[in-house]
Amino acid sequence: MSGVRVLVGTRKGAFILTSDARREQWDISGPHFPGWEIYHIAGSPADPNRLYASQSTGWFGQLIQRSNDGGKTWEAVGNNFAYEGVPGTHQWFDGTQHPWEFKRVWQIKPSFTDPDLVYAGVEDAALFRSSDGGQTWEELAGLRGCKGHLWQPGAGGMCLHTILLDPEDPNRIYVAISAAGAFRSDDGGQSWRPINQGLKSEFELPDPTAEVGHCVHNVAMHPSRPEVLFMQKHWDVMRSNDGGDTWYEVSGNLPTDFGFPIAVHAHQPETIYVIPIKSDTEHYPPEGKLRVYRSRSGGNEWEALTNGLPQSDCYVNVLRSALAVDSLDSCGIYFGTTGGQVYASNDSGDHWKAIVHDLPAVLAVEVQTLP
Amino acid sequence: MRTIRVILPTHLWRLANVSREIDLPIAEPATLGTLLDALERQYPVLRGTVRDQITKERRAFIRFFACGEDWSHEPPDTPLPERVLTRAEPLRIVGAMAGG
Repeated sequence: MSGVRVLVGTRKGAFILTSDARREQWDISGPHFPGWEIYHIAGSPADPNRLYASQSTGWFGQLIQRSNDGGKTWEAVGNNFAYEGVPGTHQWFDGTQHPWEFKRVWQIKPSFTDPDLVYAGVEDAALFRSSDGGQTWEELAGLRGCKGHLWQPGAGGMCLHTILLDPEDPNRIYVAISAAGAFRSDDGGQSWRPINQGLKSEFELPDPTAEVGHCVHNVAMHPSRPEVLFMQKHWDVMRSNDGGDTWYEVSGNLPTDFGFPIAVHAHQPETIYVIPIKSDTEHYPPEGKLRVYRSRSGGNEWEALTNGLPQSDCYVNVLRSALAVDSLDSCGIYFGTTGGQVYASNDSGDHWKAIVHDLPAVLAVEVQTLP
Repeated sequence: MRTIRVILPTHLWRLANVSREIDLPIAEPATLGTLLDALERQYPVLRGTVRDQITKERRAFIRFFACGEDWSHEPPDTPLPERVLTRAEPLRIVGAMAGG
């Protein structure tokens, strides 16, 4: 019988939540790597039992863990993320230039076809690739050639947090960086160009329409329509119909267009989800009401989904990697909060229930739909 | 070659799947640097957790204590203290205090 495996990264370890296709009863496994920050866990689409986890602490640095049995056992693989050549400098908070320094891996993206081919997005922002199951990593350094000296850290650090692979074109890769913007490669990661035309950052940048420097929080696509992208920017929800060449705003009637994650329904490419957060200085839901917003029209027209979510005195945040969908017939939606809850809906967001209430602060949620 | 005693912080001995105190054979000259070389050679999973893999700089929140003194800021070619060389005392690798 098919089911789902929810991979949860938290401030103090990883948790794996599993259920059958009904998604009503859950088994909780963990903490794995207790005490470590798990910025991301991801499974290979080509081999669901191959998982990768980013494990780090400020004390002991970065490790990459790999599992070949769906998270029952793990082995540490390569953790040498060396920038290519002389790393150079980027813009620092005070406007001076600051040397590129590796801090952690924010995002892991296994390829669609090869369990050993995997990408890693890191802080300070860069993209790495491994073709040997994470044993060794090489930087795709052309990315930092896109005016990298003008990139600057957002409040969370200068992180490459989003990697999207085009399921129809293995040479096309999208990444997003805070605070640099979105970028695209059409040659497998060798060369890159900024794709930020249409973004406006009037509160964050001296030139609101600058080619780079935008604080993109997350980008999502539907696999059947990889040229259509949806973006949650620092402020504004944006859409592109041309692979990021141009963007336009679809914030519409959202109560606030600040937020972190964005996701697309598994079977309806025009149905998208965001979780509005009051502002960049108050990282909690407006009015203390935790609401997922769904648009069935690809943006602009949004409805609040509240059934089963706390509607008073709720002041958690939902981080950029903490929203995911499964691909069962009735699409499941999942998100984790900084308060340690993981909420799930098995009916496209109409009804919600907390799978777990009291985990450490959730950093990342990914979902595997199991055969 | 001599064998010294090294005490690891909890996260690292769990990671290396060893007990808190290990016996570590190190080459001559016995210095902080050769000790870390030996540690990383014997336990490759610890590469990058105590010092940077490229610059070999000690990670900011790692400390080296021995014989009641802090050796963290000594250069890597600093000879280990005699009582560590004779196994009378361990070299302690410590996660620095941080937080409240």
